[in-house]
Amino acid sequence: MQFMLLFSRQGKLRLQKWYVPLSDKEKKKITRELVQTVLARKPKMCSFLEWRDLKIVYKRYASLYFCCAIEDQDNELITLEIIHRYVELLDKYFGSVCELDIIFNFEKAYFILDEFLLGGEVQETSKKNVLKAIEQADLLQEVSYLGSWKEN
Amino acid sequence: MGKSKEAEIKRINKELANIRSKAPFPSSASGDKALDGYSKKKYVCKLLFIFLLGHDIDFGHMEAVNLLSSNKYTEKQIGYLFISVLVNSNSELIRLINNAIKNDLASRNPTFMCLALHCIANVGSREMGEAFAADIPRILVAGDSMDSVKQSAALCLLRLYKASPDLVPMGEWTARVVHLLNDQHMGVVTAAVSLITCLCKKNPDDFKTCISLAVSRLSRIVSSASTDLQDYTYYFVPAPWLSVKLLRLLQCYPPPEDAAVKGRLVECLETVLNKAQEPPKSKKVQHSNAKNAILFETISLIIHYDSEPNLLVRACNQLGQFLQHRETNLRYLALESMCTLASSEFSHEAVKTHIDTVINALKTERDVSVRQRAADLLYAMCDRSNAKQIVSEMLRYLETADYAIREEIVLKVAILAEKYAVDYSWYVDTILNLIRIAGDYVSEEVWYRVLQIVTNRDDVQGYAAKTVFEALQAPACHENMVKVGGYILGEFGNLIAGDPRSSPPVQFSLLHSKFHLCSVATRALLLSTYIKFINLFPETKATIQGVLRAGSQLRNADVELQQRAVEYLTLSSVASTDVLATVLEEMPPFPERESSILAKLKRKKGPGAASALDDSRRDTSNNDINGGVEPTPSTVSTPSPSADLLGLRAAPPPAAPSVPVGGNLLVDVFSDGPTAQPSLGPTPEEAFLSPGPEDIGPPIPEADELLNKFVCKNSGVLFENQLLQIGVKSEFRQNLGRMYLFYGNKTSVQFQSFSPTLVVQTKRVAAQVDGGAQVQQVLNIECLRDFLTPPLLSVRFRYGGTAQSLTLKLPVTINKFFQPTEMAAQDFFQRWKQLSLPLQEAQKIFKANHPMDAEVTKAKLLGFGSALLDNVDPNPENFVGAGIIQTKALQVGCLLRLEPNAQAQMYRLTLRTSKEPVSRHLCELLAQQF
Repeated sequence: MQFMLLFSRQGKLRLQKWYVPLSDKEKKKITRELVQTVLARKPKMCSFLEWRDLKIVYKRYASLYFCCAIEDQDNELITLEIIHRYVELLDKYFGSVCELDIIFNFEKAYFILDEFLLGGEVQETSKKNVLKAIEQADLLQEVSYLGSWKEN
Repeated sequence: MGKSKEAEIKRINKELANIRSKAPFPSSASGDKALDGYSKKKYVCKLLFIFLLGHDIDFGHMEAVNLLSSNKYTEKQIGYLFISVLVNSNSELIRLINNAIKNDLASRNPTFMCLALHCIANVGSREMGEAFAADIPRILVAGDSMDSVKQSAALCLLRLYKASPDLVPMGEWTARVVHLLNDQHMGVVTAAVSLITCLCKKNPDDFKTCISLAVSRLSRIVSSASTDLQDYTYYFVPAPWLSVKLLRLLQCYPPPEDAAVKGRLVECLETVLNKAQEPPKSKKVQHSNAKNAILFETISLIIHYDSEPNLLVRACNQLGQFLQHRETNLRYLALESMCTLASSEFSHEAVKTHIDTVINALKTERDVSVRQRAADLLYAMCDRSNAKQIVSEMLRYLETADYAIREEIVLKVAILAEKYAVDYSWYVDTILNLIRIAGDYVSEEVWYRVLQIVTNRDDVQGYAAKTVFEALQAPACHENMVKVGGYILGEFGNLIAGDPRSSPPVQFSLLHSKFHLCSVATRALLLSTYIKFINLFPETKATIQGVLRAGSQLRNADVELQQRAVEYLTLSSVASTDVLATVLEEMPPFPERESSILAKLKRKKGPGAASALDDSRRDTSNNDINGGVEPTPSTVSTPSPSADLLGLRAAPPPAAPSVPVGGNLLVDVFSDGPTAQPSLGPTPEEAFLSPGPEDIGPPIPEADELLNKFVCKNSGVLFENQLLQIGVKSEFRQNLGRMYLFYGNKTSVQFQSFSPTLVVQTKRVAAQVDGGAQVQQVLNIECLRDFLTPPLLSVRFRYGGTAQSLTLKLPVTINKFFQPTEMAAQDFFQRWKQLSLPLQEAQKIFKANHPMDAEVTKAKLLGFGSALLDNVDPNPENFVGAGIIQTKALQVGCLLRLEPNAQAQMYRLTLRTSKEPVSRHLCELLAQQF
């Protein structure tokens, strides 16, 4: 996978993850173009489209679009399920996730994504294992807070 | 929208100022103003948030790097996130970052190690590779690494290898990586397969052992029950991601040599095909997607092997079921996958049985991307047995096809028609139909090719002449038809001349009735046809000589047309019949060569697109197929991109200072034809019912360059991007002009709230522009007095919910109102002397940006609008021109002299006019053109 973008129905970018080196300018250009292209599509249309030399796989969940760019030989359907598994992970972590969760806890959305996908490839597909890693980290946070109080 | 955007920026600037006042965040050791870790984290987090909203962040990097070495997990984590998102590879901080990472990798704390590995994988720069590429393999295969660390290490290494393969040393660790395929932990296997798939592409032999390991892993997954793999089962499908990756890995190799391994693999593939037929275990789309993802990957592998006829045919049948599935996604993928099956000899016939379904898809699918796949598949499955059906269906589709794919369909039809033509009259009919239905999309390659083939096959020449003659009878036929018709009748018109309905005079008057509507290139071609007619049909000689002799030909402003008229006229008068017959002999057959159409399709679609057909290389020499027809000296120059053409800042318009642009032009805009009454007041100030300047964005950066293209010509494409094309056609007479603007929607989606506005006065055009449609806007222009800056054209519309806006300069420059003036040398010099005040003269010496060709220069000067005066300048290399700029208020006499210096590749341009700013302005405008 080359990159993943989350954006709202209004075209606001909510999360961006790039797995290939690109300049900021190029990233902005791609984002603008893709948001426009995807938002222009009608609901019943197919979830895949050819774009430049990449394949775009996207799916809408409530007010958010999840959009992945994959390479020619990559599998479209399994990418669709990568998106779904990520949504499930967010949902399980936040408890019926909504756009606001991702806005206000954007760092969590990134951490969860890093546990699930790394370098553009699926790292861990087990929901249990991914969430275990995140919960462990959360636990560490609390421990260290206690620690820092003691120090002061 | 604008308000909230403004508010957001205001709020963010306030927050940035606040955070900046705290930076650099002092460490807790340094005393009173110490920020606690929570605050540090909070501020870095806020900066990150602001960056992700799309704003630029120019500080905070150092603070984030400091967080990396915090021993508090929460701070470290935010620090790493900031670095991953915001630090680019050439940052000076990279040494500090690498140090922190090194410490965390050595910490033996798996959570910290994973954070560090994620950071390396996210940044993935060469510097990171240099620092860590040698360590990571060790972490990956170490016996005591935790599973989660192994997973991260594998993918981290993959990312570094992709960025800089030279930095990842192969070694004894590679063998151990392959054995990770046997790992008990499915997550480790999942990560490792990706790494191996990437590594084995460059070193297939080193990783060969992965084949049997992958097969046995796959076999275990495929044959497991739906609950065996617990959390690695996804909607009743066991380990779909891992299965797909394993099947992908196997596609890096040919079929296994070991018979046992191969047998086991074929069994796996059959099991997948069998399971696809079983009733679904769940109604959820996730279940069917995961299952079918494996199925499609399996089919890819079967096609890759291309050695198991039985499996290929089964795959084809399976895909056939999907062609009518209610899920659009599956129909799309089935069409795509079948395309590759069509190219296998084993499954080609099986694919063909689905022709009716595919044709139906082409007609009824509502999504253009699916229709595109259907067209691709029809092309791929075409052979001699079904070519007529497929070509006629594609032609029918072309009538309503999306603009975006028309050219490609045209190319495909042209290729199929040629390749599978049994009788060439069918081929000729097909190509002429293409021109009739989609003339704009028929490229030169296509119509050159039909001429080539007709020239080479004498069995079809009479038919071609007759058919093209009939096609030309249509009252409105496409210019490409005129070109083909002109050429074919010029060569083979004699074959139908016996029929009184297509006698030579009839043929000639039919062609000549189209002449005046055509472009210069086509008219040039037709002039060649006429001289051929004189040779073929002596009885037309007098008529045609009359046409050639007409002032509109002999003194045509276009040098190519002028030259042809002069030469052909002379040729027809002085040459004997024999000489004429020799000169104008029928074209010899073209050497058989590959179709350049095929090359064009390949260029459009990338390699492999036209694989169903023979390979061919691009043949540029095909361009000369029409002998003399080739174009026309370019009257369009490409100006240097950096030119500040109008010197806007230097010379603001003297009149109407409150209006920034176009102050001395009256432009009346109406949408419904020239009958509307301009409702403009007598003075320019009153006419400007313009929106305030704040409503109009600044012109796009290329605006000057685009404007520059139109200084010497009056029509062409003013602007084009992915969504929109704006064409211009204009004509000027004295101080009046009329301009047609054509706004073409290049997408398949309607533009809404479409409003092209001039900063002058507007009448609306239709507020919606349908996908693929074009709206036209007519402007009536009157030049009131001399002006320096062109009006602005602001185009706004909504496309799929997003507002688009665009400001261009309208291609109206003062020289458009030139009236050429002929005068004798004596008069010229007298006037030249009269205009001798220093301010009346403007001079520029500049380097040539284009080849110095006298003919091209002449054409440009004529296009600029002045008359060219011969025998005035004692040096015949120089150009001298004269004209009067007509405005309502006054006339400005202009004299110009252009002195090329071929040796130095320089020009000197001198302008003298009766009005000082005009001299300078014209000089600037014209100097950009050479």
